[in-house]
Amino acid sequence: MLLDLFSILAIGIGAFFFLAGTVGLLRFPDSLTRLHALTKADNLGLGLVALGLLPRAETPLSALKLIVIWALVLLSGASTAQLIGRALRRGRK
Amino acid sequence: MNELLLAAAGLILFTVAIGLARILRGPDDVERLMAVQLLGTGGIAALLLAAYATNVPGVEDVALGLALLAPFATVAFINLLDSEQEDAEV
Amino acid sequence: MSLLPVLDISLALLIVAIAAWTIAARDLFAAVVGYVAYGLLLAFVWIRLYAPDVALTEAAIGSGVTGVLLITAGKRLGALKSAAPDAPPGLALKLAALVLAALVAGALGAAILMLSDPPASLAPEAAAAADGPGAGLGNAITAVLMSYRSFDTMLEKVVLILAVIGVWSVGSDAAWGSAPAPLRRPRPYAAMVFLAQMLAPIGVLIGIHIFWTGANAPGGAFQGGALLAAMWMVVMMARLAEPPRIDAQWLRLALVAGPAVFLVVGLAGEVTAGSFFAYPASFAKPIILFIEAFMVLSIAAALPMLVAGPPSGRSGQ
Repeated sequence: MLLDLFSILAIGIGAFFFLAGTVGLLRFPDSLTRLHALTKADNLGLGLVALGLLPRAETPLSALKLIVIWALVLLSGASTAQLIGRALRRGRK
Repeated sequence: MNELLLAAAGLILFTVAIGLARILRGPDDVERLMAVQLLGTGGIAALLLAAYATNVPGVEDVALGLALLAPFATVAFINLLDSEQEDAEV
Repeated sequence: MSLLPVLDISLALLIVAIAAWTIAARDLFAAVVGYVAYGLLLAFVWIRLYAPDVALTEAAIGSGVTGVLLITAGKRLGALKSAAPDAPPGLALKLAALVLAALVAGALGAAILMLSDPPASLAPEAAAAADGPGAGLGNAITAVLMSYRSFDTMLEKVVLILAVIGVWSVGSDAAWGSAPAPLRRPRPYAAMVFLAQMLAPIGVLIGIHIFWTGANAPGGAFQGGALLAAMWMVVMMARLAEPPRIDAQWLRLALVAGPAVFLVVGLAGEVTAGSFFAYPASFAKPIILFIEAFMVLSIAAALPMLVAGPPSGRSGQ
């Protein structure tokens, strides 16, 4: 069905983003760039995975929770990346 | 369909494992902080996929809890680093 | 479904690897990071074992709160340890530790391998009993916790209070009654304050939701209380609020409210339902939720006090 195809596509791209983030983690030269690869790719990957699971949620409340999970991870991921980046810069001095 | 979900969960778990191996080996303590970040996001994704594939009920609440606990742990680690740095600077 | 065993085996191997790394880690920070990671992976295992309630508890308490507790305790010990370095343990001590650990692991393994098949279990009896006085609860785990073994659950909360009293008594006599030291020494900065301000209200809402939904779906008082505790700790760690004085009335009331209400309702069960710690069948669900609400309050007060530590002579906000 169309929804299944959409799920597979979204989850597939999401998993690919996780892979890309890990490749960045392994290959980037610097702590700050690795942090960047980690946060951006993983947040995007999680967003796509959550999007792909939306059609398979059991109740509308579950689907809403999936979106809240993604929003929460975006918010906390961005803030903690700032904190980690600051700690990295201070340590380098 | 479930097979594909499990495959995605396995792939994400695999990337988390590789990421962990890299981060935990890292030169600094600060790098290891990123392990919490990686596990939080990747763990939530793999958890949701695996639970949807095997029909475990109520997993969204577990994922919500994880999403709250990851920054909580990170802030505590940052505080430790900051107080260590302050001790070193004094 | 041939993918499932592969997933399970790789998960198990990953957990063993992380555990080994945590044990071999050289310093506090690395070890606690490994421990938190280990806890999160264990939560995954619980989901694979179809136990979302335990997964949430593992992530919240076993990984989150215990990890933060280890960090703050280690921070305090670090200041003490740098004063007097002691000699590393000798070979005899290491051998004795190895033998003891091997014995314990061997005994555990033997016990598991010698379990009868199917293993003896209280589960059918507990489930049957939970259907009786705990009638109306959709979540069997909450029914067992609050009705079949309610006395144990109440005693667990009393143990929490005893732990808090123990932590408080570690402080010096002169400091008794004052507030613990702030959870963060240097000045906070904007990103952390923003995170705390955004995260705490959402977290409180989610914590209350998980407590409320625990009657019928995975969740419960302990998980909800732990999330509320984590949110209060985030606020204290960003220095938006400071740890309260330990002789504050509201703090002490909050700490004992849970077990006290539980005990009173349990004793009243003698009169209303015919036996100690039983609930009248028609009112069981509202009573259980009522008790759980106070338990959430106690847990949310006790866990941050454990992390905040002993009083330090500070006069409080």
